[in-house]
Amino acid sequence: MNERIDSIIARLAAEPGPLLLVLHAIQDEFGCIPDDAVPQVAHGLNLSRAEVHGVMSFYHYFRHSPPGRHLLRICRAESCQAMNGAALERQAQRSLDVSFNETSSDGAVTLEPVYCLGACACSPALMLDGELHGRVTPARLDELLAQCRSRS
Amino acid sequence: MSTVVYVPRDAGALALGAENVAAAIAAQAQQSGAQLSLRRNGSRGLYWLEPLVEVETPQGRVAYGPVCLKDVASLFAADFLSGKPHPLCVGPVAQHPYLVRQARVTFVRVGIIEPASISDYRAHGGYQGLSRALAMKPAEIVQTVTDSGLRGRGGAAFPTGIKWKTVFDAAAAQKYITCNADEGDSGTYADRMLMEGDPLMLIEGMTIAGLAVGATQGYIYLREEYPHAHKVLNEAIAQAYRQHYLGADVQGSGKRFDLEVRLGAGAYICGEETSMLESLEGRRGEVRVRPPLPAIKGLFGMPTVVNNVISLATVPAILKDGAAHYRDLGVGKSRGTLPLQLAGNLKRPGLVELAFGVSLRELLYEYGGGSASGRPLRAVQIGGPLGAYLPESQFDTLIDYEALSAVGALLGHGGIVAFDDSVDMAHMARYALEFCATESCGKCTPCRIGSTRGVELIDRMFKGGDREAQLLRLESLCDTMAEGSLCGLGSMTPFPVRSAVKYFRADFLKSRPAG
Repeated sequence: MNERIDSIIARLAAEPGPLLLVLHAIQDEFGCIPDDAVPQVAHGLNLSRAEVHGVMSFYHYFRHSPPGRHLLRICRAESCQAMNGAALERQAQRSLDVSFNETSSDGAVTLEPVYCLGACACSPALMLDGELHGRVTPARLDELLAQCRSRS
Repeated sequence: MSTVVYVPRDAGALALGAENVAAAIAAQAQQSGAQLSLRRNGSRGLYWLEPLVEVETPQGRVAYGPVCLKDVASLFAADFLSGKPHPLCVGPVAQHPYLVRQARVTFVRVGIIEPASISDYRAHGGYQGLSRALAMKPAEIVQTVTDSGLRGRGGAAFPTGIKWKTVFDAAAAQKYITCNADEGDSGTYADRMLMEGDPLMLIEGMTIAGLAVGATQGYIYLREEYPHAHKVLNEAIAQAYRQHYLGADVQGSGKRFDLEVRLGAGAYICGEETSMLESLEGRRGEVRVRPPLPAIKGLFGMPTVVNNVISLATVPAILKDGAAHYRDLGVGKSRGTLPLQLAGNLKRPGLVELAFGVSLRELLYEYGGGSASGRPLRAVQIGGPLGAYLPESQFDTLIDYEALSAVGALLGHGGIVAFDDSVDMAHMARYALEFCATESCGKCTPCRIGSTRGVELIDRMFKGGDREAQLLRLESLCDTMAEGSLCGLGSMTPFPVRSAVKYFRADFLKSRPAG
């Protein structure tokens, strides 16, 4: 892992304002930004560990630990609420037996809130593993959740 | 000759299954031996009809929608490749009533062309603005944009030409053009549609901005939630480099302009311009104190243009057709056109680009078709999560910057979210404060602490006790946040809260079941 992170840093360090680029690249590769990576990034970019930690913890998108096998992000913003998105939130939480930002006990699904996916003309919307779904009905959400649990 | 069929690659269409529909059409064509050329356009913005499949016929492009996977076989059976009738046929799309009454300037090509194709872009009038700009002195370009009356479409509505003039006048070794594509407001998707449907227009606009103010480097700050836009933008930028519309020598002019997309990481506050600059520099997206303005001391301390996607994408049209052509559209101090985005509980949600001056009612009912649920519309939020809620009695308000501000509302980025009568407005006010607490950068106290206190106040109201007294406290808290916050997030969260209290007071005072 150390070598892969070093090569990411080497590739991006010369870019102007590289820290977000580096953090994105690490999360793309490892699914999260492992705690061990923080001092390495700090050293590589000549920053303090506090600076790297500060940036990482500021942005909702960066995570310390990898998500479950599937990442379900349900939109909580106003347009989706106007189309009963809150019912989908409750349905997912109940079905997975989790709150937001938790992973189901079988490790299958991590549930996260997201504040607008730009699919407001197709509300309610959610994103599953990077794929956008619009006009999601309760039945459709059940199907998607069932697929998540059956696929490993 | 093969028939040309269009299936959108816009994220909204993909969210409704466009990818599978495209694959099924290709497979069925192969099976039946039909000669077919499948093209992937952006969205026309008629989202209730997405996925909207279009077929090129001698009578123009005939559209079918919304097409599900199961409809593909029957479309072939009905010979849709010749534009024949089918229950899903909506006829020649360009003559659709939703589109014919629009004034599409910025969205003129979106949904029509293939997004990353320079030849398609040029065939539809693209890069004519840049040709004009290359023949002009930088000061003349700035003057043209000033004369057009274009105001920033991101929300603040600051005159674009004046911003450019400030950067033009600033002497520096390096200047930057930055595009704020952190479109985080709920109910807005015009930036996304444009980046996915006509990204070269944004690229051309940024190149013109660079020529005008003497900047050689551009950054598009794109939110991470828009992976489809990211892909299309990168394709289009690569094409533009290949054909020397970007790079060291733009179209043989000897002028350099480089462009790069940088991704955000899920922070609403980074839509605020100084916070966006911090983020681009690789730091926490904390708001900067102004002055100095970004136009004087912006990205990496250098003079920087910060414009929204729509503002920059409108520039090529202004250069191509002249400032007067654009200025002649609109009313009062709101010149030109505005891409409005209908969202939420509407039968026909979609993109409506019009000259300023249409009424909210016309948008909601004549374009939007009323509520999707069939229940009466009760409230509308304009301009994203920091915008005011308006009740039915205000629906005759005209959509322009001044008319909306006269009723205590704001236009913002032009998103309009409709709610039916099942909405609980006290709940929406609580949500506005909760959102502010989640997204606050934490730098100033009124926003960081005030938002959390506001949620607690409303929760206490929900539990009972002296609700009137809590409402008074809530209003006083709103005053503190509005007056004392460093940027728009804290100072504008009171807009939805106060308007909900003002127009829907009963929702706050009613007693609620425990729990």
